[in-house]
Amino acid sequence: MSLDPSFVGRTYPPTAPYQVGREKIREFATAIGATEPAHHDPTVARALGHPDVVAPPTFPVVITMAATRQIVEDPDLGVDYSRVVHGDQRFVYTRPVVAGDELVCVNTIEEVRTRGGHGFLTTRTEVTTPDGQSVVTVWSKIVVRGEG
Amino acid sequence: MELPTKTFRVTRADLIRYAGASGDFNPIHWSDRVATSVGLPGVIAHGMFTMALVGRAVAEWAGAADAVVDYGVRFTRPVVVPDDEQGTEIEVTAAIREVTDAGLTRIDITATCHGEKVLSQAKATIRTSG
Repeated sequence: MSLDPSFVGRTYPPTAPYQVGREKIREFATAIGATEPAHHDPTVARALGHPDVVAPPTFPVVITMAATRQIVEDPDLGVDYSRVVHGDQRFVYTRPVVAGDELVCVNTIEEVRTRGGHGFLTTRTEVTTPDGQSVVTVWSKIVVRGEG
Repeated sequence: MELPTKTFRVTRADLIRYAGASGDFNPIHWSDRVATSVGLPGVIAHGMFTMALVGRAVAEWAGAADAVVDYGVRFTRPVVVPDDEQGTEIEVTAAIREVTDAGLTRIDITATCHGEKVLSQAKATIRTSG
């Protein structure tokens, strides 16, 4: 799978704001078995200095995975999604995600490489409030496996 | 310094629940037919589910649900989850690499399934004071 290296540095338009719901955080925390009260009980979260329940560290993938579809579905880049496997993932936080957040994603292609017949695509997603305050930066590397 | 080992049991039901909560409905995480058709031994866990379980271990070591400031992994090997009551088990260990003057603790993490590493370069930074 050969990917066009001229896509490096390309930044996509901001996504529509995602509304982080309290029940969505509870649902995600329950699905991963995270029982800490700060994920479920707003009173506990407020005592820790947060406005509402706190999302677990990997929760932003719910938002960024949907957001990066604008890259993997970019017809000019031509990623074959059926051949995609997840390579790397990283979250660097300015602050935790909390219920009530409205989050906007801006995707940038950081790296495009082809090695051993496989394509490697690294995206950086800046997750911010609608007025541009940083919340978390998310890096994701996908591998597009070559034919055969 | 080594941190206490944590183990997480993973069953098919967990994968279905995670698919719903995360919105990742890739059939390799719930259909043996699709998983084997793309060359996998069977249904595998979402990499992000494994990462989330390891994230729980990190938060438990930190003693706070909001302590993680940097967390990254590389997925090296799929976690195959058989269709039975036992499922499989992921074992997570970690060692403290550095404690900074700024109140941050950097840890190196190892996650294994059947004794084989499923993640590499797994690192987290947690805020331990201030």
